[in-house]
Amino acid sequence: MSLASSPTPFPTWQPCPPRRGDSGAAMRHRDSAGQRQWFEERLEPLMDRLYGTALRLARHPDDAEDIVAEAVGQAWRRLDTLRDPRRFEAWLFHILTNTFISEWRRRRSHPQDTPEGHDTDHLEATEFTLFQQLHQPFLLWWGSLEEQFFNSVLEEELQAALDALPDPFRLVIVLVEVQGYRYEEVSRLLGIPLGTVRSRLNRARGLLQKALWQQARDAGITSGHQGEGGP
Amino acid sequence: MSTRELGCEEVIERLFDYLDRELGAQQAEDIERHLARCRDCFSRAQFERRLRAMVEASGTVTAPPRLHRRIRHLLDQFDSDETGAIP
Repeated sequence: MSLASSPTPFPTWQPCPPRRGDSGAAMRHRDSAGQRQWFEERLEPLMDRLYGTALRLARHPDDAEDIVAEAVGQAWRRLDTLRDPRRFEAWLFHILTNTFISEWRRRRSHPQDTPEGHDTDHLEATEFTLFQQLHQPFLLWWGSLEEQFFNSVLEEELQAALDALPDPFRLVIVLVEVQGYRYEEVSRLLGIPLGTVRSRLNRARGLLQKALWQQARDAGITSGHQGEGGP
Repeated sequence: MSTRELGCEEVIERLFDYLDRELGAQQAEDIERHLARCRDCFSRAQFERRLRAMVEASGTVTAPPRLHRRIRHLLDQFDSDETGAIP
């Protein structure tokens, strides 16, 4: 999003230093209408991605809506803390992520519980790769099984496969692959060691690919290594 | 750091670090050089990239109209709280 093409410039105001005991609202000297317009113009194009991200994090539409509403409310209340208007998008998504994580921690009875010790197919999940199932190395071009796979996987199926991942694995893959966070950022956000981020991400990918492979098989796609069938 | 030729095993082992932009510039360059000359690793990288793009795309879902309305109402309420006006 380019501010240069925006009809509404970033409104200037004079943020007052906060006084003890004051909520801050009365202290802001600002052009409310201009600020609201600026905010809404930048928010509107992000709504689908805000909602989609919240949905991948929270899984349930009602929870996702609550998270987006809470995050937008926080962003609006704290808009005067945004020093660089070019960072609006990243700033808003960070608020969204933190809003979700706070709520997630609040709801979990045992925040330190992880499935690592309970997953009986740990090794199987991490070693499985969809590519190995589909790739036909004897072909000179990108294999048709791979193409078939991508043509057969529906958006809804991928979303369902992601949503079915256990929380700790789903969160890391959403934070990294959907939101683009670095491992260190994920480690800080979730309060887990960097090594745990890597191992959960690895397992999340393995589990996701296994689920997608099952869907592919249900759609009639067989392994590139089975028999002489070929494309 | 000097460039070095990577083998397929090493490239595959570091592929996700590369796709996740967790590698330094030199390491990323080493991998890219390998991908430029190794069809199998290139195919694997392209496959994972494409799958990853689908996962990323799953983070965009049409926001329901009621969410848009809810947010408009929320902002109206904040504004009225600040000015004391009734929205």
